[in-house]
Amino acid sequence: MTVALNAEELGKKINEAIPGSALSGDKGYLLIDSKSIAQVADYLKITDGLEFDYLTVMTAIDYLEYFEIIYRLVSLKNNHSLILKTRVYGRENLSVPSVVKTWRSADYQEREIFDLFGIKFEGHPNLKRLLLWEGFQGHPLRRDYI
Amino acid sequence: MSIQTEPFVLNIGPQHPSTHGVFRLRAVLDGEVVVNVEPVVGYLHRGIEKLAEGRTYTQNIPFTDRLDYLSSMTNNLAYCLAVEKLAGIKVPERAEYIRIICAEVMRISSHLMAVGFFLNDLGALMTPVLYMWREREKIVDMFEMVSGQRLLYNYMRIGGVSQDLPEEFLPAVKKFIAEMPRYIEEYDQLLAKNEIVLVRSKGVGILPKETAVSIGASGPVLRASGVKWDIRKADPYSIYDRFDFQIPTGETGDCYERYWVRMQEIRQSIKIVEQALKQIPEKGSVCTDVPQFFRPPRGEAYGYIEAPKGNLGFYIVSDGSIAPYRLHIFPPTLINITALQDMARGWKVADLIIIFGSMDVVLGEIDR
Repeated sequence: MTVALNAEELGKKINEAIPGSALSGDKGYLLIDSKSIAQVADYLKITDGLEFDYLTVMTAIDYLEYFEIIYRLVSLKNNHSLILKTRVYGRENLSVPSVVKTWRSADYQEREIFDLFGIKFEGHPNLKRLLLWEGFQGHPLRRDYI
Repeated sequence: MSIQTEPFVLNIGPQHPSTHGVFRLRAVLDGEVVVNVEPVVGYLHRGIEKLAEGRTYTQNIPFTDRLDYLSSMTNNLAYCLAVEKLAGIKVPERAEYIRIICAEVMRISSHLMAVGFFLNDLGALMTPVLYMWREREKIVDMFEMVSGQRLLYNYMRIGGVSQDLPEEFLPAVKKFIAEMPRYIEEYDQLLAKNEIVLVRSKGVGILPKETAVSIGASGPVLRASGVKWDIRKADPYSIYDRFDFQIPTGETGDCYERYWVRMQEIRQSIKIVEQALKQIPEKGSVCTDVPQFFRPPRGEAYGYIEAPKGNLGFYIVSDGSIAPYRLHIFPPTLINITALQDMARGWKVADLIIIFGSMDVVLGEIDR
């Protein structure tokens, strides 16, 4: 069985290594400050005992006040998983650091989120629309897009 | 005297027989050698995720058929598992077995198509694929018995399956499972040691283990690279913990091994179906009572399965209403084609077609 790690304990551990990065971890997922997501990603991948080498699903949800970005990480070696979340507030000029350098599976998924939600990923090597064509107006998966 | 040359950009697709749908490859070539490839997707984008936000949970099941249309049953299964996880619905015992039998037979069908079209891309035009089609036809007939459909089954429901099996289904599966090993022998005689197949696919398009993990590959593509990771074993869903089967893995991760792993997986699926046929309860309910306009509690759930092509997941967010607030589909093949660049670089154009064919890509799933 893939064991879901205790997010609260892990949050404390991450806060020791990268102060101020983990915001909360009490609802079964770990909420990370969006500025330090790339650092946390690196930490989760290289730290012994965690070794999250495999990023599966990555997506965004529009809650109108903020967008939530979800990362589901798995460690193939230790067979445990973790759901990581981060929030960006506002509707225009949104950006989050990219995690492509850590997990390449984020490549197309970040492009998809950029395409359908309009969230930019800083540091992504080739950030352009994935499913829709260049020049398409708007971001269809936003709740206010009709 | 040196001649100035510049790279040539070759556009393959979106309408091309080897692109398995509407997929475009922008290949940068140096003579005949591939320098870089850039996949361009989205020609089949129907906005299923957006449509799902305006439909009830049950109405979304037919959409999932249209993702990877060569394995509708497993798509149904992944979606239903995700909703059941969200709402905490128990599935009756008999329905669990029906689901497993359908999913594993679907896997056989999907792998047959994958191998058949891979050989088609290899240049063995239509002969191998028609052999595979002969067996797939039987599978399609069996699914027609249970659902009345031949391609998009829409058979599973939240809490079970839509109707009980007809009398003739289980005998047909038994007969098919008994015959299948002989057909696999036949394919092996035709293909496994075929000199042309070996020369063209052994050592071609290698995907190293580290790259496979870092790009997040899954399914036979990951296992051919030597990573023993199958969600049916690593995190058993439904009732997979009751069956005894192995995970076939490759060593080098070349095109031949991706083909080989799929053939072995067909054997393992037969083993699972055999066990399921012995264990399936003869009578019993096949669907839990779920209201037509059912409202799962607020919250979110991620349901995922080992689909024939890899890790297929559905991320569902509920706001307590009759429709999902957000439904995200995590398609395995979109992630797998991230590796295409690494695998194709340095090979000839003809090899690029084989490498792409060995990935077993279905565009309905990538574009959604």
